[in-house]
Amino acid sequence: MFVKFLSAAVFAGTPLLFGTTGEIMNEKAGHLNLGVEGMMAMGACAGFMAGFFYDSIIIALLAAFLAGMLGALIYALLTITFMANQNVTGLTLSIFGVGICNFVGEFMLLNSPSNTLKLPEHITAQISNLNIPGLSTVPVFGPLLFQYNIFVYLAALIALICGIYYNHTKTGLNVRAIGENPGAADAAGIKVTKLKYINLLVGGGICGLGGAYCSMIINGGVWMNNPVNGQGWIAVALVIFASWKPYRAIFGSFIFGAFSILKYYFPKTIISLPNAFYDMLPFIITALVLVITSIRKSKENQQPASCGVNYYREER
Amino acid sequence: MRTNDTNYAIELKGITKTFGKVIANENVSLGIKYGEILALLGENGSGKTTLMNILSGIYYADEGSIYIDGKEAFITNPHEAIKLGIGMIHQHFRLVEVFSAMDNILMGTRGRYSKTGALKEKILEMSKKFGLEIEPDKKVYNMSVSEKQTVEIMKVLYRGARILILDEPTSVLTPQETAKLFAILRRMKDQGNAIIIITHKLHEVLTISDRVAILRKGKVVDTVRTKDTNERQLAELMVGRPVSLEINRPETTNKKTVLNVVDLSVVNQDGTRGLNNVSFKLKSGEILGVAGVAGSGQRELCETIAGLMEAKTGAILYKKENILGKSPDEIINLGISMSFVPEDRLGMGLVGSMDMVDNMLLKSYKKNKGFIIDKKPSRKLAEELVEKLGIITPGVETPVRMLSGGNVQKVLLGREIESEPNVLITAYPVRGLDINSSYVIYDLLNEQKKKNVAILFIGEDLDVLLELSDRILVLCHGEVMGIVDAKNTSKEEIGLMMAGKKMEGVDSDE
Repeated sequence: MFVKFLSAAVFAGTPLLFGTTGEIMNEKAGHLNLGVEGMMAMGACAGFMAGFFYDSIIIALLAAFLAGMLGALIYALLTITFMANQNVTGLTLSIFGVGICNFVGEFMLLNSPSNTLKLPEHITAQISNLNIPGLSTVPVFGPLLFQYNIFVYLAALIALICGIYYNHTKTGLNVRAIGENPGAADAAGIKVTKLKYINLLVGGGICGLGGAYCSMIINGGVWMNNPVNGQGWIAVALVIFASWKPYRAIFGSFIFGAFSILKYYFPKTIISLPNAFYDMLPFIITALVLVITSIRKSKENQQPASCGVNYYREER
Repeated sequence: MRTNDTNYAIELKGITKTFGKVIANENVSLGIKYGEILALLGENGSGKTTLMNILSGIYYADEGSIYIDGKEAFITNPHEAIKLGIGMIHQHFRLVEVFSAMDNILMGTRGRYSKTGALKEKILEMSKKFGLEIEPDKKVYNMSVSEKQTVEIMKVLYRGARILILDEPTSVLTPQETAKLFAILRRMKDQGNAIIIITHKLHEVLTISDRVAILRKGKVVDTVRTKDTNERQLAELMVGRPVSLEINRPETTNKKTVLNVVDLSVVNQDGTRGLNNVSFKLKSGEILGVAGVAGSGQRELCETIAGLMEAKTGAILYKKENILGKSPDEIINLGISMSFVPEDRLGMGLVGSMDMVDNMLLKSYKKNKGFIIDKKPSRKLAEELVEKLGIITPGVETPVRMLSGGNVQKVLLGREIESEPNVLITAYPVRGLDINSSYVIYDLLNEQKKKNVAILFIGEDLDVLLELSDRILVLCHGEVMGIVDAKNTSKEEIGLMMAGKKMEGVDSDE
């Protein structure tokens, strides 16, 4: 029962991990992007539709990534190049992304003969859970480590690479410098605009992958409108929970995933609480983490200092 | 060393840069050779920093050309400037606070990144070569101003800069630290670097430079060899007419203790120590200067007296009455007035987007009876101030942030003085002001002193502190190092105290 709970938590946490890693990439470059929900929705729509038409997991992933990137490109253009307010732009992107996702989804539904959209068998098999002979059947470790679909491993891998990128590479150091103090980075010869674009676009693409997970896996291969359903917003909170560290994001996502499924596993015979209570828990935890980090006054575990502020070199 | 004598390291020809309608630089031509220190002298707003920002790629000139080693260069961004061997040490440090010294030095450079080993060795080796003291693993937020500056210099040297630009490098240093910096600069000069130092301190120009270029209103008015000039001539060139460099210190009689600070300790919000057992007496009819490196507790002292910060222990007695724990409003009503000019000038005194009239109202609206505010008295006051202090503004309805720094300070100080305080606290009132405006402010303070007002003057320029104040209190890390008589002390003595040496005080009872 407990093993089942843990592995369900990992499943539920995976889209959050994509979203969180994507948002960390944004914030490390100094951009508070509230458009995660929108970018995930765009990825969800593009991923599902590409899978539906081409019956290929590679094309579906690629489409989801590109769609997330497209959302990020809108945001990046507006905030980096045209210096638009980051909060407003992000919020708008969220509304826009969800809107276009539902629009396309609805349009496709109406034009399908049976009024349902279902992924072809071939692709459903590709994204179903792994079954590695000899490993997946080991008790406890099998279900915990070797019985997930490829998305789960991809999400963890991306987060790991992201952590190495920021902690151990020169480019990562440069990006962190931009997020902390773009003026200092600029004066040190770092190409601020170029690096910001790269990080925001890749981050958006990663969010898009998370969206595809929502539409293709959580909903069991059948299209439902509003597939992301607020996961993007939880991801934004998770960035704070993970204190802007990709490694911590991995655990954070799975913890939040656990909270979101707790209502199905917590024995109602002990305490009967309304489901809404469990839905609320992740946010209470985030608030607590915020308070604790601010009491601890750690200078390191804070949001990048210039996050949310656009950089204009000639500003006096 | 480069041998060709006529070849400049950098040559600027006809540089013009405008911001909107404001001309920052007009047709500036200038040259500097390797192995030479050029001082760029000028008042605030004369275009020194703009010119250097053009060289370091922060701004791009509207007109004119730059030649480096005889070849025309197009410096469109800082990256380009670094490639050409130009390194700028900005007045406001361009450092990432949460990074270690090493990460700050390494960011933006090419090559592999590792946190230990060879890179650290290289940095330590370079710091030995130039006599810089550096701890590669120390985080910037734990550093003193002087340490931060060392990191900035190291950052530029690591990138292989041969042309160094320093923007007002001494404004935050003690005299001893300044001497150390100058030793480093001379060493770099001997190794064949070209150095440009921006400053408005005349005596420093004479100590360190080989040549001086004087800027006035965006134009180069003259270039002189340092050994052929003197302070008086430089000041005249800088301002454009003969100026007296003396500050009055009128004598007053009948001094009484007005404010008695006893064992005051303050803890900052982030848990660090703000003030530790600070005791002093402020007397009527005197200017008590406060010296100290930036961040030594000046802000905490001002804010505690004004009632904005809570004290941990101690007392502040105003005419035998403890004002600790009173609200800022009650303290103002006692006649204690604060004109605090923080780094961003507008900060705590004025609301930038409001006009002069409304800013006057901020202090007087409580006296207003009834529901609707009567703006007439404030307008009258604002107009009086404009006339009396010679404030240059399109009108009293112009938002104060549109005024130049000097005029903003006049508005602030004028309003505080107008409330006829008994105690006036003023921090950095001449920060960023040109010589003329500074003297207007000194005169205003002296006028108040003659009216028997007790003035606490937080300053940064030791020369001014020595000439203007009666006594000088020196702070270091939130502690009083001593209070000395301004007439019988020297810059060196105060410098040592600023660095942490305790002295016997002269805070005698009346």
